Amino acid sequence: MEHALDIALTVNGAQVSRRVEPRQHLVDFLREDLGLTGSHVGCEHGVCGACTVRVNGEIVRGCLMLAVQANGCRVETVEGLSDSRELAGLQKAFHERNALQCGFCTPGMLMAAQDLVRRKGKLSRAEIRNHLSGNYCRCTGYQAIVDAVEEALDGQG
Amino acid sequence: MGRAELPLHAPGTQTDKGYIGQSVPRPGAQRLLQGRGAFVDDLRFPRLAHAVFFRSPYAHARIKALGLEKARSAPGVIGVFDGRAVAEYCKPWVGVLAHLKGIKSPPQHAIAIERACWQGEAVAAVVAETRAQAEDAAALIEAEWQELPVVVDMEAALRGDAVIHEELKDNICFKREHDTGGVDEAFAKADVVVEETYHFGRHTGVCLEGRSILADYNAAEHSLTVYHSTQAPHMMQDIFARHLGIPEGSVRVIAKDVGGSYGIKVHVYPDEMATAALSVMLRRPVKFIADRLESFATDIHAREHRVKISIAVSRAGEILAFDLDDLTAIGPYSVYPRTSGIEGNQVVNLTGGPYRHQKYRARMHVVFTNKNVTCQYRAVGHPIAVALTEAIVDKAAAQLGMDPAEFRRKNLIPDDAYPYTFPSGIKFEKLSHHKCIDLLLQLMKYEELRKEQQDLRAKNIFRGIGLAAMIEVTNPSPAFYGVGGARISAQDGATLRLEPSGMVTVLCGVTEQGQGTDAIFAQIAASAVGVTLDKVRVITGDTGVTPYGGGTWASRGAGIGGEAVLLAGRALRANVLEIASQILKTGKEELEVKDNQVVNRLTREAKLPLEELGRIAHFRPDTLPVDFQAELTVTRHYTPRQYGFTFTNGIQASLVEVDVDTGFVKLLKHWCVEDAGTVVNPMLVDEQIRGGVVQGIGAALYEECLYGPDGQLLNGSMADYLVPMSGEMPDIVCAHVETPTRQSQLGAKGVGEAGTAGAPGAVMNAINDALAPLGARVATMPFTPQRVLQALGKVG
Repeated sequence: MEHALDIALTVNGAQVSRRVEPRQHLVDFLREDLGLTGSHVGCEHGVCGACTVRVNGEIVRGCLMLAVQANGCRVETVEGLSDSRELAGLQKAFHERNALQCGFCTPGMLMAAQDLVRRKGKLSRAEIRNHLSGNYCRCTGYQAIVDAVEEALDGQG
Repeated sequence: MGRAELPLHAPGTQTDKGYIGQSVPRPGAQRLLQGRGAFVDDLRFPRLAHAVFFRSPYAHARIKALGLEKARSAPGVIGVFDGRAVAEYCKPWVGVLAHLKGIKSPPQHAIAIERACWQGEAVAAVVAETRAQAEDAAALIEAEWQELPVVVDMEAALRGDAVIHEELKDNICFKREHDTGGVDEAFAKADVVVEETYHFGRHTGVCLEGRSILADYNAAEHSLTVYHSTQAPHMMQDIFARHLGIPEGSVRVIAKDVGGSYGIKVHVYPDEMATAALSVMLRRPVKFIADRLESFATDIHAREHRVKISIAVSRAGEILAFDLDDLTAIGPYSVYPRTSGIEGNQVVNLTGGPYRHQKYRARMHVVFTNKNVTCQYRAVGHPIAVALTEAIVDKAAAQLGMDPAEFRRKNLIPDDAYPYTFPSGIKFEKLSHHKCIDLLLQLMKYEELRKEQQDLRAKNIFRGIGLAAMIEVTNPSPAFYGVGGARISAQDGATLRLEPSGMVTVLCGVTEQGQGTDAIFAQIAASAVGVTLDKVRVITGDTGVTPYGGGTWASRGAGIGGEAVLLAGRALRANVLEIASQILKTGKEELEVKDNQVVNRLTREAKLPLEELGRIAHFRPDTLPVDFQAELTVTRHYTPRQYGFTFTNGIQASLVEVDVDTGFVKLLKHWCVEDAGTVVNPMLVDEQIRGGVVQGIGAALYEECLYGPDGQLLNGSMADYLVPMSGEMPDIVCAHVETPTRQSQLGAKGVGEAGTAGAPGAVMNAINDALAPLGARVATMPFTPQRVLQALGKVG
């Protein structure tokens, strides 16, 4: 830790200060240093989307951003958005339609889907599929996920 | 015990099925939706150490020297070990089964000693305080290698140009021949003979959660607790016990949440065995999580077959015979304990499976190569058998000028012909091919689609429709592994317990990886006992608490575990009625359990809440007769025996559009009609099918583990190895025919692999149907744009 740097950021609404190695990914920082294990590490090269979190309102890959780059940022994870109930609509639709199986991709999938929900407005299934095409799910075949997101988008009126 | 004790599918009865057949959501999904699951890498332990592996950069090389000293002195390092050091704690294994006659494989160590046989094989382990430190240290290991001749091509392996394991004399792991006799005669008298060779690419499971293990050895007790992302906790308990020399009862394997498995996580992996050994050696918890690059290089791969098949057909369109020659390559070792001979064996067993010909000949060779090992992955052999059967059937139909649907109807085994013995020797209890094809054609509006296809062809739009009928092995009896000497349980047990509060706890040996095991067990238990679903909790995946069982593979969860839960549920209800009879001083034949109450069977009047019964039985048994003991915990087991396997059947259809300028295949729609027997939860069954279909589509269009001539894996990352993503996938229409198996009371046959079994064949036939007017044809999976353009003669 001889080259460690101090960072201060907001994670799920709480102030956090830590000393981190410059090479540490944001998702490893969230998981290892803060114990927020809801964001998952699937590929560590920015393809699978399992580590998707929100930084300053934009979704990012937690494995393609370093923890030091999040200094001064507002970071939100699946745990935070579950407790604030921001994800409640999507979670309900995912649950009812079984839009998850093993659940490893699900936190990242929800973060990506919520990005659509926040933009509001009706979208076609093809548009939903395209938006989620950066999030890999091996279990479901995606259809139930698209159904659930469609329902959540419809539900917001 | 009245009506509910009849099989759920008893003819002529109106059995109350309770929750069975209802699409209820999975209670266990809630924690996963909130990021509050417990995958192995989420667990936190005091003194946890992290293992990483130094892996061979060569496909085949002798280890001349291994310099570990620099790594040992790196910051945070706890230990660095070579194969010999680990072998002192972990015995090697040999992946053979006695009933696969002649199968051979050399002993395999947790960490390679002297020689590495594929690129990615572990040759040293580094354990450190953090994973980053372990990775830093692994980079300091200095290895000196002597490269050895590399065998990558399976034809060359079969020829034996170079032999990988000298002591085995050749590269043939296993071979099998099957011949009903009369095949040559059938071909001689056939009006039409069609032959084609199909190539199936190597691919892998790509579980989003990499293989994960955390082994926690307790030196004081000489006991080992392993938190493992596995499908088969009891199998692993046995293996850790025997190979590490710890009494079976002192090994506990716990599978909490498992982030995808699909057959990938049901095998013994050397690096995982090494991790358990390292925990013993270091007397502290040690964790290994395979990263994505390691996953591609070392998770089992599957398929890689070259199959030549011929079909003999009469002018009237009757299939007379199939003749098959399969060659498949499995890497340098047969994987322990299931062996790598099973996939080829399945191809021999299942090819031609839906049809009623009587003459069949098959020859199959399984060969060693210097690539990563292959073994059983979702649908094991079925995608090969179905695709090549269905492709050659289509080709024969085309030759005769017959519509592919009509040709299938003519040849599918009639629905009233069961029980039926197939020429490969396998037995079908009861299948429903004709019901399924009728439903499929109606569902997809086959005639309309054919017309649309013709109309679009006039506009140079090339659409294709592909059908794939299938059979699928499920619910294996001990004939699959047990008879061959593998300590893999074919039976499963379930324990049901009525708690003092009137709630029901279910414990079962089958495990949950997201397919919904826990949910369907809750449905079955609630229905069998007579409680509402909210009163049931299910515990799986812990050898310390659940009854012994095989776990999850071969689509056995519902059919075997579900039956054990049903039997235990009925036994618990009988015991509840005994107790109620004592408390109420009423004959138990007058009582029934319904909606958490003991009720009068005839009047339905509520007599006693289970909550009250539980209170009395647990806390006031003094109020019951002195010679009466309440038994509120029951265990029942189930083993399928009457048939070697239960078989399911179904048929899939794919609609594609081929862009003849770019070679891209666009999937427009997919249909699957499946007969999985009793459907416990239609929503979960449909989702199993959809997920399986998409895995099959991946194999057909995108996925292939590519190796260079030197045995180097060329595409071991998710950027280079393509998997299906949401943007390219079609909507998939599912429908069911229900023919319950009469072997069990529940009647469930299983459904986990059907989608994957049939999809590649359906997609292949759809592409070839689209290309037919252009005189082009593809036969090598995956059907990449390049291969499609090659077939069209547009690129070299």
